[in-house]
Amino acid sequence: MLIEALTLQLGYNATLVTIGAMMLGVAAGATGTFLFLGKRALVSDAISHATLPGIGLAFVVMVMLGGDGRALPGLLIGSALSAALGLICVSALTNRTRLTEDAAIGAVLSVFFGVGIVLLTVIQSMTSGRQAGLESFLLGSTAGMLWDDALVIAVGGALVLGLTLLLRRPMTMVAFDPDYAAGSGMNVRRVELAMMGLAMAITVVGLKIVGLILIVALLIIPAVAARFWTERVGIVVVIAGAFGGASGYLGAALSATAPALPTGPIIVLIAFGLFMLSLLLAPGRGLLAAFLRHRRFQARVHVRQGLLALAQGQPIYEPLTLRLMRRRGLIRADGVATQTGQAQAARAALDERRWQVLRSDPAQEDAAARYDGLTPLETILTPDQLETLDRAIKPGLVT
Amino acid sequence: MGAEFVSLSLTPILIGVFAAVACALPGNFLLLRRQALIGDAISHVVLPGIVMAFLLTGVVAAWPMMMGAGVAALLSVVLIEVIRRLGRIEPGAAMGVVFTSMFAGGVLLLEQSDTSSVHLDVEHALFGNLESLIWLDAVGWSSLVETSALRGLPPELPRLALTLALVLGFTWLLWRPLKLSTFDEGFAQTMGLPTGLIGLSLVVVAAIAAVAAFDAVGSIIVIAMFICPPAAARLMTDSLEVQVWYSCVFATLSAILGYVLAGYGPLWLGFENAVSAAGMIATVSGMILAIAAMFGPCRARAGAPAEG
Repeated sequence: MLIEALTLQLGYNATLVTIGAMMLGVAAGATGTFLFLGKRALVSDAISHATLPGIGLAFVVMVMLGGDGRALPGLLIGSALSAALGLICVSALTNRTRLTEDAAIGAVLSVFFGVGIVLLTVIQSMTSGRQAGLESFLLGSTAGMLWDDALVIAVGGALVLGLTLLLRRPMTMVAFDPDYAAGSGMNVRRVELAMMGLAMAITVVGLKIVGLILIVALLIIPAVAARFWTERVGIVVVIAGAFGGASGYLGAALSATAPALPTGPIIVLIAFGLFMLSLLLAPGRGLLAAFLRHRRFQARVHVRQGLLALAQGQPIYEPLTLRLMRRRGLIRADGVATQTGQAQAARAALDERRWQVLRSDPAQEDAAARYDGLTPLETILTPDQLETLDRAIKPGLVT
Repeated sequence: MGAEFVSLSLTPILIGVFAAVACALPGNFLLLRRQALIGDAISHVVLPGIVMAFLLTGVVAAWPMMMGAGVAALLSVVLIEVIRRLGRIEPGAAMGVVFTSMFAGGVLLLEQSDTSSVHLDVEHALFGNLESLIWLDAVGWSSLVETSALRGLPPELPRLALTLALVLGFTWLLWRPLKLSTFDEGFAQTMGLPTGLIGLSLVVVAAIAAVAAFDAVGSIIVIAMFICPPAAARLMTDSLEVQVWYSCVFATLSAILGYVLAGYGPLWLGFENAVSAAGMIATVSGMILAIAAMFGPCRARAGAPAEG
């Protein structure tokens, strides 16, 4: 069953939904990167919650016009309109009043969501609303999805992805340095609007699959996870897209295999798994890498101090130092220095002495600033500079 | 406005007011500390907490579930902090990662476990069921002094009254340290105040209020009350004392007006069914905020323009 789902053999609808979810994930990951880099990740939370009243109103309007209240395109248009209104409210509260953006986000998401719930209860009491099933938009559900709905989602996902790729350059600039972007003649407001518009489009397309409470996860988590792997925007976008796409694809496929596996939560949990992997394993910013880096540094400090102690003929008691130096063949089991140990100790002592002279010379301030007790001076000074130093240590000895 | 009001409307209104004020009080400080969305995060992670508590104990009982929700809330706060520090991620994004994932985990657990026989679902956690907290034993205002009738009060009422008392006590006892560390953390530190501990205790109290309130009124009121009344109050005054008073008034007003509009509004308009009280209370609080944002005397930002 799972293999069939992953290889897209569970029927047309499941296939379309899976592909749609993948494209949605790619687009969400890429767009989310720009929101995240611009430190506005949670704006998407306000957008997604603000869709609910639109869904309800669209249903009411469509029923009043005599149509089918559940027509997906109509509901999506309604949700987009109210999400846009929510976005306007957030920016009005942030720009026109003294409230901070996080307060504005919280106010908009809770109030719009509250209005949405009121509308849902109104719809439940309407005769035609009994089986409306609008609650499925809260958590997403792909069960019983119609061919047309699946098509809307697949096309929508593809469109959003295309737009994101098209707008990646201006969005990068605005996310990082809006002042510079404005200075170089870019219309920052319009780009920000496009960014929010894309986030809104993703929310709207994702409503049916992921649900409005969890769609925000698809915008935030892949981007945050991708950020661990690289320092370059272009690559973050690609990785975030890949993570989002993988979550969408795997999640939709997995949830098609069993009825008790709701699509939205599965997609989000897969994304979270990718995030945890990144947090632990990413080179550079990951925890494992940081731990290894720390251990390497610790070893260097201990060995260096041990060598200096050897050179001065002092005994070493510190167990970690002893272990490290034994393992490197610098001392024997009884603590006496080996030949390599003696040679390296002498080098370390000479290096330390050179540093001392260097640091006492005000003319060498720049080089002296790089003293950390670890870096060998040979890596900083040229051979003839070293020679001058050595002459200062023991005049006449070095030729 | 007699017997029917006491048995059907008095307790839900009181519960709504207690919950609203208990959330709005810590909300004032969270708002000023730019942690307003903590309430949002906490109210999302309450779901996995109660589902876990149900799976562990096998019963739908108030105390284990509140314990579970409280544990989940604290866990989420710790996780957010850990992820923020370890990954060097901005707090908003760390929050987004944690609460969505935990909520997703809660929904999945709920779907996987057999909870169809018990009253436990996502919608209940979101909307609460304020309307059902009626006082059947009451026959009129005189019931308020009859012990036999008082025993039939919905248990949410004393629980929320206790929570409100706790929040009030916390705010009153720690007023000066809270105020100092909120406005000038560096100064508070040099005075020797444990600012980290104060911040944590504020979040803990907020979590307690959120957990106690969500059981009765649902997450949506919790989020709305954490943010909207304090935000509206912030636009009315520059003084923290006055702001706290304003926020309590706004919270009370939202709870009463919202409940009345939800229960009676549709009837006045000629519809038959009441609408969701939780949603209506959130809506009213939003209206109050909107009015404050348009006409509040201190709505403009003093000094530097908005950043970002």
